[in-house]
Amino acid sequence: MTVKEIVKRYGNKRENLLQILHDLQNQSPQKYLNKKDLEILSEEMKIPLSDIVGTASFYSMFSFTPRGKYLIRICESPPCHLLGAPAIFKVIESKLGIKEGETTPDGLFTLEGTSCLGICGVAPAMMINEEAYGNLTEEKISQILDQIREKESKR
Amino acid sequence: MMVKKNIAQILVGIDSNTVLSGARKVKTKLITEISKQGLSDQIAVIETGSIGPVNKGVVIGIYPTGEIYGNMSEEDVAEFVQERLVKGRPYKKRLLPERLPLEVDLSTYDPRRTQYVGRIVLDNCGRINPEDIEEYIGVGGYEALGIALKEKTPQEIISLVRDSGLRGRGGAGFPTGLKWSFAAREKETPKYVICNADEGEPGTFKDRLIMEGDPHKILEGMAICGYAIGANTGYIYIRGEYQLSIQRLKKAIEDAEKLGLLGQNIFGTDFNFEVKIKIGAGSYVCGEETALLNSMEGFRGEPRLKPPYPAESGFLSKPTNVNNVETLANVAPIILKGAEWFRKFGTEDSPGTKVYTILGQINRPGLIEVPMGITLREIIYDYAGGISTGEFKMVQLGGTAGDILSAELLDLPLDYKSLQEVGHNLGSGAILIMNESVSVVDLLKCGMKFFVHESCGRCSVCRIGTRQMYESFQRLEKKIAYPDELENIEELAKGLKLTAFCPLGQSVATPVLSALKYFKAELSEGIKPHKIYKPAVRNQSRAEIIYS
Repeated sequence: MTVKEIVKRYGNKRENLLQILHDLQNQSPQKYLNKKDLEILSEEMKIPLSDIVGTASFYSMFSFTPRGKYLIRICESPPCHLLGAPAIFKVIESKLGIKEGETTPDGLFTLEGTSCLGICGVAPAMMINEEAYGNLTEEKISQILDQIREKESKR
Repeated sequence: MMVKKNIAQILVGIDSNTVLSGARKVKTKLITEISKQGLSDQIAVIETGSIGPVNKGVVIGIYPTGEIYGNMSEEDVAEFVQERLVKGRPYKKRLLPERLPLEVDLSTYDPRRTQYVGRIVLDNCGRINPEDIEEYIGVGGYEALGIALKEKTPQEIISLVRDSGLRGRGGAGFPTGLKWSFAAREKETPKYVICNADEGEPGTFKDRLIMEGDPHKILEGMAICGYAIGANTGYIYIRGEYQLSIQRLKKAIEDAEKLGLLGQNIFGTDFNFEVKIKIGAGSYVCGEETALLNSMEGFRGEPRLKPPYPAESGFLSKPTNVNNVETLANVAPIILKGAEWFRKFGTEDSPGTKVYTILGQINRPGLIEVPMGITLREIIYDYAGGISTGEFKMVQLGGTAGDILSAELLDLPLDYKSLQEVGHNLGSGAILIMNESVSVVDLLKCGMKFFVHESCGRCSVCRIGTRQMYESFQRLEKKIAYPDELENIEELAKGLKLTAFCPLGQSVATPVLSALKYFKAELSEGIKPHKIYKPAVRNQSRAEIIYS
């Protein structure tokens, strides 16, 4: 969908801004808000670009830099921290060769830390895109990453 | 031969936790195996919300016997059906010690007895299929809304809620009836009802399980609130991460609209009410009601100056009533069964029940609903099954912004008043239980990192104060803290409590001050002995002298 169509779907009232930004980001293959779209959005909604960027940058779910096809978000909040989130971070960092906030050169994975995901019952937990994974161990992470890699190599 | 129909029901808990472990596959397999045995018309397989135990994989329950099985895998299903359903023996391999909650007999009910789990909010969770409105209606759903609209005036509803003594379950504990009366007396229209489902407090996921397990109860509560205060529109502001909740709420709204339980002229009266969903974008401070309003309007989620309170000038500057998910879930039962019934649960000052998520180094982490006023000891040893490894050291009550308490407070009743008397708060309903392997400094540091990230930056005390404290805890962890580090932390925390703009900044002090109160000795271990810093001189980095 074009930016215009998304705006039309929700209406150009200010209170629909977050929903529109969500849709814009979700339809972007690199899961980010690019400047061109935001400029059109600014025109359509009659909100200055600086204001839109100021608002979007407040929320941790929005990104202004291209991200990998698979966005790995590891929960860093205390319940997960106590049950081993720091170790999970290290495992993924060493397996993918990237640090927090970075994307692999092949554009497949981005690693991010996040606040509580609300699935503390299965801590330590992470989300890859919309999919949540819990009770993580080194072995389980290898399995998950390998599965994704295998799926991607077949394409 | 007479065919017995639906003599037993198998409940499969479908929530975000169990789906991860393959609950949907187990459900499908159960249906196939049961039909293979020719038991399809006697045993119904029902999809439901969380049954209770978490961290136990796929959990299923059996009615009417009440057994609960955990860690069920697809491979287990054939054997389970054979053993339990055909031969009638318990399937010991996967049997859990928990039982499904059975009906409550109020005549013999003792609020201090903890063997029984009294349920008001979670009554239907794990019993009905949350995606089927007929099932909700079958257990008395939307009856309260009918009674409210046809037999009671808005004023009567507010009085009833006030008499029940229901207090806001989001953490602050403000009397709900009183809050409604503020919005009700405003003349301006339109008014709005907002359900705060931006549950961001680490360790808390009760609202998610309520929404996943019984979405209609929240819609019904919102509609009743709308009628009471004179609002025709409701919004649910929900975290972007809660995909299953969003899905189920959307379906619930559609179904209710189809049956005319939401929309125009509900129950043939002239009351109209619609519910819309707003999705958040990952900001903890948006759980604060005025920040939530800003976010809903499409602005940065920074808190607003109060007054004016949302009741006067809230969403789009109109009168608005904001309630937590759990609070709204209490409304329909109160209307249906009365204030007096509600007061039989809990304590004089804090009637009703509270939903907690219990986590940490315990045997049975999970979701529980217990009467107000039971003690931490009862929760840990009766419900959570005791400490899993090592010995009890501390508990953090109410999430990351909650008090860190030591063993000496185990026998304190958990209700608003008792906790206030000793200077603590009930918080949002997370109880994180820790053994001696957890360091207080590590816990504080991790919590503070969260606040550094989530501080919205609007007021400097919170923006800078959280960073300062984070650095202090880093020094304490490395055991290179200054001799007056703890005094500085205390001063900073007290300053935040007094001067921060919104409840987020004020609550940052809560874990810090309580940890200083109960674990000062342990915190002092991080101070480097015999270290004196010279005052910094220009062009010279801070020099230190160590006296041996």
